[in-house]
Amino acid sequence: MKLDVSGLSVRFRVPGAVVRAVTEASFQVRPGRCLALVGESGCGKSVLAHALLGLLPANATITGSARLHAGDEPLDLLSATPAVLAKRVRGRMIGLIPQSPATHLTPVRTARAQLAEACGELGSRHTPDELAERFGLRAGDLDRYPHELSGGMAQRVANAIALAGDPGLLLADEPTTGLDRPLVERAMDVLRELCDEGRAVLLITHDLRAAERVADDIAVMYASRLVETGPAGQILERPRHPYTAGLVDAQPDRAFVPIPGLPPELTALPDGCAFAPRCPRAADACRTVPAMEDGVACWRAGHVARA
Amino acid sequence: MLRAHEITVRYGRRTVLDRVSFDLPPGQVVGLGGPSGCGKSTLARVLAMMLRPAGGALSVDGAQVRGWRQRAPRELRTRVALLYQQPRLAVDPKLRLREIIAEPLAAMGRPDESRVGALAAEVGLTGDLLTRRPHEVSDGQLQRACLARALTLDPGYLICDEMTTMLDASTQAYLVAVVNAYRDRTGAGVLAISHDEVLLDRWADTRAELTGAGSPPGMPSPSPAPL
Repeated sequence: MKLDVSGLSVRFRVPGAVVRAVTEASFQVRPGRCLALVGESGCGKSVLAHALLGLLPANATITGSARLHAGDEPLDLLSATPAVLAKRVRGRMIGLIPQSPATHLTPVRTARAQLAEACGELGSRHTPDELAERFGLRAGDLDRYPHELSGGMAQRVANAIALAGDPGLLLADEPTTGLDRPLVERAMDVLRELCDEGRAVLLITHDLRAAERVADDIAVMYASRLVETGPAGQILERPRHPYTAGLVDAQPDRAFVPIPGLPPELTALPDGCAFAPRCPRAADACRTVPAMEDGVACWRAGHVARA
Repeated sequence: MLRAHEITVRYGRRTVLDRVSFDLPPGQVVGLGGPSGCGKSTLARVLAMMLRPAGGALSVDGAQVRGWRQRAPRELRTRVALLYQQPRLAVDPKLRLREIIAEPLAAMGRPDESRVGALAAEVGLTGDLLTRRPHEVSDGQLQRACLARALTLDPGYLICDEMTTMLDASTQAYLVAVVNAYRDRTGAGVLAISHDEVLLDRWADTRAELTGAGSPPGMPSPSPAPL
């Protein structure tokens, strides 16, 4: 299953302002590949994920297209009716691996009851026990309530539920929030296995190191726009956009130096390049928004020198 | 020295800390790692006098702590500041960022607008953001406010419990730099709690591990000490 997103924009009307949460995002997620969408909190990456699932509130305006190629006819997720999204897409074509699995599960029902419900609703080919075994849970673990599960076990239950309908595209929205590093690594390895089985995976995260462990490709988002996309190794080793370079350098095993300043508000984005006010390479050209060209949206990309 | 001696904490029948001793010397960043559930956050809460242990003693610069939580003497309580992983759970959602930073001074009965402004600038929060409420700012911006609040009363010891786990690399590097600058300026002791070994390798001067915590009574538990 392939996802082809083109020119996706999301605006929210709020009293006295318009929040430009996603602007002109274009990318592809291919079978057997994992694309990590990275950016800091509040840059619009979760909104993008919710737009794909049709889960945005009523004050959102969405433009562009997000075509899911499955079978003969591509399906545009952005113009699909709520009924189509509910009956054909969510759970069956797109599986959601949630942020903080422990709170995603219903606290008053056992893991088995919740997994069985997902299997029943989605007409799963698998039984709850088969799914549990597949994800490294013992049958006995399924009879526990969410509060009796460790973080890692809750994660596995959430994964099993997401995979019950055998979706071809997995969407993981900050799946590692609140997990400690060994669990982050395990979660990323599981994601990689699911990807290697031929699923397309879109991982949304603020954690560059988690992205590095699992992703084939990385898309970097800043202030509602994608600013750089490309193979993971290239993005992390030879970043061309100064924001990407700053993020990479800020890691504790690199220079550990922050990017100066704060990101702009999504209600008051500057007219030109949104990164220019923080950018050491800003020049006159940056007063107009650079288009994405050859994987980078920066007038000064050629000028980014790295040690 | 912030000194915990043979601290024991139980939640119900479960022993989370079993006679754990720990010293946080002034002027140092001590890194504390270890897996989830090994008692790191529990120790942090004891050190900040937010949790009364079942046994053991805590002293701040030689003064024994005899009251806990709101009963802790103010002059001891304000010597130790605690930063949490999730800033959203650590602030009153009704307060503006400026009021959040000003809280400790207001509680002491000596409000000081210029001090609040200086702290806000130090953590990189500017004008407009200070008039926002928590739901109007990002996690990173809110954690900046929490760090400013923690530094308001010039604590001698700062406990950072997974302070940057929710945050992007740039904000993490910024907040760590603010904490280090504060340490360099005041000689405060910093306990950096994190499961991120790469971060602790970079940030901590010395390391401590909480091993043996939660072992059943009667089993000797090795006490962590800064190496």
